[in-house]
Amino acid sequence: MKRYSAFAIAREALRDHTGWGRAWGNPEPRRRYDAIIVGAGGHGLATAYYLGRNHGIRNVAILEKGWLGGGNTGRNTTIIRSNYLQDPSAAIYEKARSLYETLSQELNYNIMYSPRGVMMLAQTEHEVRGYRRTAQANALQGVDTEFIGPERVKALCPIIRLEGPRYPVLGALWQPRAGTARHDAVAWGYARACSEMGMHVIQKCEVTGIRREGGRVAGVDTTRGPIDCDKLGIVVAGHSGRLAEMAGFRLPIESVALQALVSEPIKPAMDVVVMANTVHGYLSQSDKGEMVIGGGADGFNNYTQRGSFHHVEETVRALVETFPMLSRLKMLRWWGGIVDMTGDRSPIISKTPLEGCFINCGWGTGGFKAIPGSGWAMAETMAKGEPGPLAAAFSLDRFREGRFIDESVAAGVAH
Amino acid sequence: MSTRLATGGRLLDRSRRVSFTFDGKRLSGHPGDTLASALMGAGQLLMGRSFKYHRPRGPVASGAEEPNALVNLRDGDRHEPNQRATTTEVFEGLTATSQNHWPSLDFDVGQVNAALARFLPAGFYYKTFIHPRPLWKHLYEPVIRRSAGLGKAPDPETRDPDRYEHLYAFVDVLIVGGGTAGLAAARAAGRAGARVLLIEQTPHWGGRAPVDGGEIDGQPADDWVAATVAELEAMENVTLRARTMGAGVYDHGYVLAYERAGDHLAAPAGPRHRLWRIRAERIVTATGALERPLAFAGNDVPGVMLASAVRDYVVNWAVSPGDRTVVVTNNDDAYRTALCLKAAGLDVPAVIDARPEGGGRLMDEARAAGIRVETGRGVAKVKGGKRVEAVYTCPQVGEGATVQEIKCDAVAVSGGWSPVVHLWSHTGGKLVWDAAEAFFRPDPDRAPLGDDGAANVIAAGAANGALGPGEILADAHAAGARAAEETGHAPKSDAAPSGDARDEAPLAPVWLMPQGASVKLRQKAWLDFQNDVKVSDVELAAREGYESVEHAKRYTTLGMATDQGKLSNINGLAVLAQALGEEIPQVGTTTFRPPYTPISMGAIAGPATGATFQPVRRTPMHDWHAAHGADWEPVGQWRRPYTYRREGESRADAVNREVKNAREALGMLDASTLGKILVKGPDAPRFMDMLYTNMMSTLKPGRCRYGLMCSENGFLMDDGVVARLDEETFLCHTTTGGADHVHAHMEEWLQTEWWDWKVWTLNVTEQWGQIAVVGPNARKVLEKLGGLDVSKEALSFMGWTEGTLAGFSVRVFRISFSGELSYEIAVPANHARALWEAIFEAGQEFGVMPYGTECLHVLRAEKGFIMIGDETDGTVIPQDLGLDWAISKKKDDYIGKRAQQRSHMADPERWKLVGLETLDGSVLPEAAYATAPGTNANGQRNTQGRVTSTYHSATLGRGIAMGLVHRGPERMGEVLEFPKVDGTVVKAKIVAPVFYDREGTKQDV
Amino acid sequence: MLRLTCPYCGVAAEETELAPGGEAHLARVGPEGNDDAFHAYLFERENPRGVHFERWRHAMGCGKWFHAARCTVTLEVFGTYPAQTTEPPAHIRAAITAKRPGWAWRGLS
Repeated sequence: MKRYSAFAIAREALRDHTGWGRAWGNPEPRRRYDAIIVGAGGHGLATAYYLGRNHGIRNVAILEKGWLGGGNTGRNTTIIRSNYLQDPSAAIYEKARSLYETLSQELNYNIMYSPRGVMMLAQTEHEVRGYRRTAQANALQGVDTEFIGPERVKALCPIIRLEGPRYPVLGALWQPRAGTARHDAVAWGYARACSEMGMHVIQKCEVTGIRREGGRVAGVDTTRGPIDCDKLGIVVAGHSGRLAEMAGFRLPIESVALQALVSEPIKPAMDVVVMANTVHGYLSQSDKGEMVIGGGADGFNNYTQRGSFHHVEETVRALVETFPMLSRLKMLRWWGGIVDMTGDRSPIISKTPLEGCFINCGWGTGGFKAIPGSGWAMAETMAKGEPGPLAAAFSLDRFREGRFIDESVAAGVAH
Repeated sequence: MSTRLATGGRLLDRSRRVSFTFDGKRLSGHPGDTLASALMGAGQLLMGRSFKYHRPRGPVASGAEEPNALVNLRDGDRHEPNQRATTTEVFEGLTATSQNHWPSLDFDVGQVNAALARFLPAGFYYKTFIHPRPLWKHLYEPVIRRSAGLGKAPDPETRDPDRYEHLYAFVDVLIVGGGTAGLAAARAAGRAGARVLLIEQTPHWGGRAPVDGGEIDGQPADDWVAATVAELEAMENVTLRARTMGAGVYDHGYVLAYERAGDHLAAPAGPRHRLWRIRAERIVTATGALERPLAFAGNDVPGVMLASAVRDYVVNWAVSPGDRTVVVTNNDDAYRTALCLKAAGLDVPAVIDARPEGGGRLMDEARAAGIRVETGRGVAKVKGGKRVEAVYTCPQVGEGATVQEIKCDAVAVSGGWSPVVHLWSHTGGKLVWDAAEAFFRPDPDRAPLGDDGAANVIAAGAANGALGPGEILADAHAAGARAAEETGHAPKSDAAPSGDARDEAPLAPVWLMPQGASVKLRQKAWLDFQNDVKVSDVELAAREGYESVEHAKRYTTLGMATDQGKLSNINGLAVLAQALGEEIPQVGTTTFRPPYTPISMGAIAGPATGATFQPVRRTPMHDWHAAHGADWEPVGQWRRPYTYRREGESRADAVNREVKNAREALGMLDASTLGKILVKGPDAPRFMDMLYTNMMSTLKPGRCRYGLMCSENGFLMDDGVVARLDEETFLCHTTTGGADHVHAHMEEWLQTEWWDWKVWTLNVTEQWGQIAVVGPNARKVLEKLGGLDVSKEALSFMGWTEGTLAGFSVRVFRISFSGELSYEIAVPANHARALWEAIFEAGQEFGVMPYGTECLHVLRAEKGFIMIGDETDGTVIPQDLGLDWAISKKKDDYIGKRAQQRSHMADPERWKLVGLETLDGSVLPEAAYATAPGTNANGQRNTQGRVTSTYHSATLGRGIAMGLVHRGPERMGEVLEFPKVDGTVVKAKIVAPVFYDREGTKQDV
Repeated sequence: MLRLTCPYCGVAAEETELAPGGEAHLARVGPEGNDDAFHAYLFERENPRGVHFERWRHAMGCGKWFHAARCTVTLEVFGTYPAQTTEPPAHIRAAITAKRPGWAWRGLS
């Protein structure tokens, strides 16, 4: 596979770019793999990548019923941060963030990680306390955050109005090394790297059944025939319930719609990511110039990838209030994704009741930022058969034991 | 060059002029002009620069699909970037500036990107800017960001002076599109008696039928349109709204429409935009069709336009894009443009028709009019930079060998038409590929479904794939009649309006000219004009494995510009399909998402801005607090005084004064925001036992009890004092923030689990004002007011009574959240302020002072009382807080009991509530963590506790804190270390969480 | 933007009037239940692609809780019914079967 570089582009330009090969292969499925990952989204591809890179397991297929990166990986607002309160969350998100920092170089694919800084506005005294607590916790977790006052908020983000009539900005939790990345590129970069390791990324291949032998997984049935495997990883976000049913267990998950929207592109107006949890909205500006806006999730079960308008309305109203210059910009595109919400809104990376079968799901509204860390932890769990330290707290058993990982306590909502 | 014609312009008022400026240049047009037509009429065809290569751009279209002619409109607080010149009506004093260039539109340094285009193919940024890592943040990204974007960002301090409204409509039939199809559908549905709303995005009715000519029901199209609009306006059951676009279809017949009520005015007196939220039983999409461009080298040079747009400019606005226009087509419709130009006295050097046999009747008419027609030909290349100079023709089947150079200054292009299927698709309506017409049209067998599972969107006219005037009218009439019938209104048996049947030779599905164009030509053949996506880019995406239509779109950015691919979508699909060797329907389309064209954020936000953003709840004493120096704190939707500051006093000083005064003399607190919920009925006692962890059924009438409420998941949710009013009635006090939530929680259990229990609940929070009278002098002031025996004997601690106090009907609760002698007096809300003032007046001699929420917090913390939201955070169970005494051991069940039996909840290793005293007397930092030795497996510092509440105690003159500590209550006297953010460490000793009056004697006097 | 008819007040309620309440017909497990049963009650959800029985409250209307039978893929509503029941009533099941032949739920069809 050709290495990407400015030099390679210049060389190709001379022959009108006719020499570029496929970024990833288009193989026929083999009869058997050491490991099969179901789901070629960011998490699935990252899992496969780290199975190969960290554990030497390269006879791997990643099966995708549609097109790779076609789910929530390509539908989110691309925020990457690790300013979480609870230790297990901070650990895996910080692992992800630090991997993101060097991912372009590692994958030889520019995923455009932009460490522009993320601030979470505190707009009530309660939020001030919550974010001060997070900053204290982060300091001990090795996550670089601080609580900043309104003047610094304004200096970092001039378009913000501090003195909202309803919720003045009292300060913010600021993570300078957090930021954004190009979401599609993350999936594409991992897919290319997996393919280069000899793994099979197989698109348009839907899993229709999970075969069991003697209490352990034996393989899968697919629309392209049966495939055997030793280990099976289910990494299918909103469709986890269906796959779990095939494997014979149930999940503490409900699927709901989450929406986002972008404005028309304008020249650079804000250099940071701002999240305002009291009013449920967050905002950043993409490299293309679009103002990228997200809000809260719908509250009812839904598989349609479209949500209800009033959530968008509430989010936009809150953001226009906080960023008055938005009022005369226009909403260009609005879309939805299906997110899988667990009982405590934290993810699951776990063994399952079926031996050899592992699951990674429940990222809810916050999965994109976790992709490298999630893949790292899932690969370790699959390779060793037991969760490592990053995954340990995210087991399925925690709900039974009451050992929740609740991030909403920091007055934040997980985005 | 483009000019204004001497006569014509069906939409213009040529008797008047309006002046406006473009890039500071003063120009003029006529009422009825769009900014695009006025600019072209003034000879200004160059209107902008493209996104990536900063190529010169002129308009290609005449309406909402325009990708190129985007301007910064207006200035100051009304500045609006990316406004489409083709849909902007000119008004006197309009100011516009062109976008995305530096230093000027004519000379743009950014155009260097165009020269470097070969080094900037699709996705080039994924392949480069990788090393060295820091340069992405500090160099590459800032440069890319400045080069990207389009319009000027509004000033950060912009305050939009305009208003926005939200309107609601409930109709039987919503018809989107006011062309002949929409009018015919509205007429059929309206005559049947259905409630109809007909909306049209432009200011004009009739769509493009009047431009294309022909007759309807024997009249000229314009006349039929006028007559039909008049008929519809006369119908009471029909509403018409122009300048109103169907923006998005949502589930269950919900539609958003966007009315640009004031955009055509310099400063609208009314709202600028209205957002219509419509519930329609049936939605008829009469949204027409859009013409497609053709891909050939240089098809992005200003002066290359859609053939239909050229016709629109000539007929509607009397503007000619050029003096010599070459028409390029793969179908018959473009001949109408040739004939139209000829009729306007303009030169048409040739029609280049890709079809070997050419067209039908229209071609013959063109030839008869003296126009040269070249069949089987394509365009090898357009010559020109900022303006078309010539086209080079070639055989369509070849590789681009030039046959002829034709001098011209405009090119009118038609690649066929595509129905506007956006609204059909928003809620899942599926499409079917029509190979004959080479377009996707709505598949009636897979229509969007309403809440009843029936199809609720009906496509009509050109939007349904009907292209001839007569076919359109017949289809739309039937759609309107069907919509009426399906909503219970029998259609009249009248016939559809009659129009000419389509008489055209078949189109040839040509996407690229010439068929075998070389890579050099394909690199110059544009698909997406705004985002600079060319045929070669889509082919590159296919070659690199970005084979799914979504991959190709995202990799190349095809169709992601502000026009959302209205012109580029199908052409891009066709090129992708060809590159993959697949059929177009196998490749499929990308998803259509609302809005149809961009809508303002202001319109979405609506009128609820500023002070009306969210309601503010005020207690009856609100104005009194304001008049007495209240420093407000938002608590939920309430405003509560944080403290009452006196002249020259700091916040902290004020709080300390209030604390001391309450402990030493007399304080008053407005406790009206506390939730108050009545629970009543024969089964109320057993319900209360389920609701609270305590045994509430044993509470005697006349007594109060502090109670805890948990969620079914075991976590502490709310707390408060319960008073038993009588055998069947309890009054539950909740936290300020918890009232609505707790009431909903009660109703949920009553309605969905214990629905056979006879219990009723009522949230009476706002019906009562509540005043806490606190301090050693509390009894004295109440005795002075008179009317009620508040002695220890008559009203003991945790008792309550009712009667008359100072002439007011009150309930008095002898409860204390401060540890002092304290009465909470509930009074009907409309008397609360009067009673408050009476107490304040009477209290003067006892040293009364009002106190705020912060003093309340200090007082309770000194006593070790927990605060929901401080000591709890949704992960804390009552057992963590040493509240086992408030959890009944006798009850079989309460909400949360089972959850608290789970292994982790019953674990002795949990963090539990203790008091914390710094060794140096300082105040512990808020929310600080106590560290433990070493790190965990993830390298994080181990912790063993955290601060939940921390204050300066004015009473004790030192810092006090409460916190949750690992096995805390077993570790009294141990010293913990709390790192501060500055890196230093504070040491604090574990103590009991009661700092003041441990025996509780003060409150029970 | 869903629209559900409240079976109590008869209003075709806008989604903005309604508060969603998750899966319906979950039988409460109290202190007598074992860990598995309690876990299933509190967390395990059917989360089907298809017919879903779910709870709603007409929160900005009459305040009543009710149940809806709704398809999570088409969002089609088969019917709404009072919350005071432990299983979908026969007429709701019949309405579902008419649209989704062969459909079954917990042994009912």
